Amino acid sequence: MIRIENLHVTFNPGTAIETRALRGLDLEIPAGQFVTVIGSNGAGKTTLLNCLTGEVPPTEGRILIDGTDVTLWPATRRSALVARVFQDPLAGTCEALTIEENLALAAARGTRRGLASALHAARRAEFREKISRLGLGLEDRLGDRMGLLSGGQRQAVSLVMATLRPTKILLLDEHTAALDPRMQDFVQRLTRELVEAERLTTLMVTHAMRQALELGGRTVMLHEGRAVLDVADEERAGLGPADLVALFAEVRGQELDSDSLLLS
Amino acid sequence: MNLVAFLGALEIGCVYGLVALGVFLSFRVLNFPDLTVDGSFPLGAAVVATLIVAGADPYLATAVAVLAGAAAGLVTAFLNLRFRILHLLASILTMIALYSVNLRIMGRPNVAIIAEPTVITPFEGLGLAGLYLKPLVAFAVVAIVAALLARFLVSEYGLAMRATGANPRMARAQGIATAQSTYVGMALSNAMVALGGALFAQMNGFADITIGTGTIVVGLAAVIVGEAIFRGGGIVVAVAACLLGSVIYRLAVALALNADFIGLKASDLNLVTALLVTVALILPGARNPLKALLTRGGK
Repeated sequence: MIRIENLHVTFNPGTAIETRALRGLDLEIPAGQFVTVIGSNGAGKTTLLNCLTGEVPPTEGRILIDGTDVTLWPATRRSALVARVFQDPLAGTCEALTIEENLALAAARGTRRGLASALHAARRAEFREKISRLGLGLEDRLGDRMGLLSGGQRQAVSLVMATLRPTKILLLDEHTAALDPRMQDFVQRLTRELVEAERLTTLMVTHAMRQALELGGRTVMLHEGRAVLDVADEERAGLGPADLVALFAEVRGQELDSDSLLLS
Repeated sequence: MNLVAFLGALEIGCVYGLVALGVFLSFRVLNFPDLTVDGSFPLGAAVVATLIVAGADPYLATAVAVLAGAAAGLVTAFLNLRFRILHLLASILTMIALYSVNLRIMGRPNVAIIAEPTVITPFEGLGLAGLYLKPLVAFAVVAIVAALLARFLVSEYGLAMRATGANPRMARAQGIATAQSTYVGMALSNAMVALGGALFAQMNGFADITIGTGTIVVGLAAVIVGEAIFRGGGIVVAVAACLLGSVIYRLAVALALNADFIGLKASDLNLVTALLVTVALILPGARNPLKALLTRGGK
């Protein structure tokens, strides 16, 4: 379970380029829920994910995971609870290392890394089995460098890496945005399967309205650092992408109105 | 090339193989261009020579030299990580400081230990001619260090260190304390280089303040030669390639110096080395992994 209380993040406070990325965000996500997060550029989506992984320290507010206050935990400690798949396929993996070495890195997430061999027969067999489930034929290429894989293949491996260790929270940061449509569908299907199989509490940021409604059971829209729309279950089931866009425009329209009021 | 020159090249190739391993760890594994080695190599020599002259056990003296090298690496890493000083500048600061430190340790620019016991002394009773003994000891030391390094790099911690250099953001997301692995890697790197310096002093019977000049370029040359010959393969091959690169480089240099028709003198060595590294970096189509780190716009 994730509880976010009155979260504020301000970049460059007190300067001309001060940016208030999050302005008092409150969000509670029960264990096992799959939430999709939408919002325009600068709405605070990525900042929210960065706060959850511990990469960005909040200016104000608290983050609780399963009732434990993790607000002050550094990213390395947070990694035992939080797994992340990046938007950029290059960001989430090491291209200079082999597929199995990347998997070994992820398999040790949140554990003490000692001098024991990182790859051994039992582990290789486990990797083989997990990778073969992707159906991409990568199980015979475990010794290949990650850099030889396509973007979609890398994202698929990233998803496996994120679920190798038991994790409390899975964060997906527009992880299908950089892929071609066919690979997008594949990674989306894979995401759904993995999240359901592992019953992960998942937060997925996306720009695609259709994807936001297709995946998961709840959709949250961020605007100017706050949650402006929060729909789940039946209410959400009745919505189409067009309705979301309309709601989106409505929120933005209000902003325009207030601007025009200010200007007049 | 006669036998003496050949064995001499083997010996010096093995001693500088330790430098190549250190350079490999900082430049290639950690992605940390580190020039500290120009100071930590003579540091190892200075510490070992001074302690041996003072009557210390040569093995203990060598161990202290290795620790001194590790400390030098930690200083550079500290300047870079704690105060965000650029890699290269941080290492140059440590290097220039070490010049004075080394002079302080030795008390004079040159310390002779030609008549003193060294790590090789216990093996002299084995009946092997001194000519063969030195290259053999040097090879044994560097082979053991290379094997340990290769084993380290395939361990959980070593893999984390490689991820730190290759993709620090991903490494942190996987729970790797990147600062810590940089400290450890830089300490190990300069410890190996200082071991090279300590061996150099004991093989040649002296420590001198000038022996550090250009150490980094010699180390880079060895790494480049090794990677050019042993392309592909895993990390274990890459470690072995550094060592072999160092030996092959020294043999090539010995050949060139011994071929009278080229007209090279021993003092031309640094010029030849600098040319070799330059050519390796500017040659079009040279898929040299160090290129990205050492040229502008290479990445």
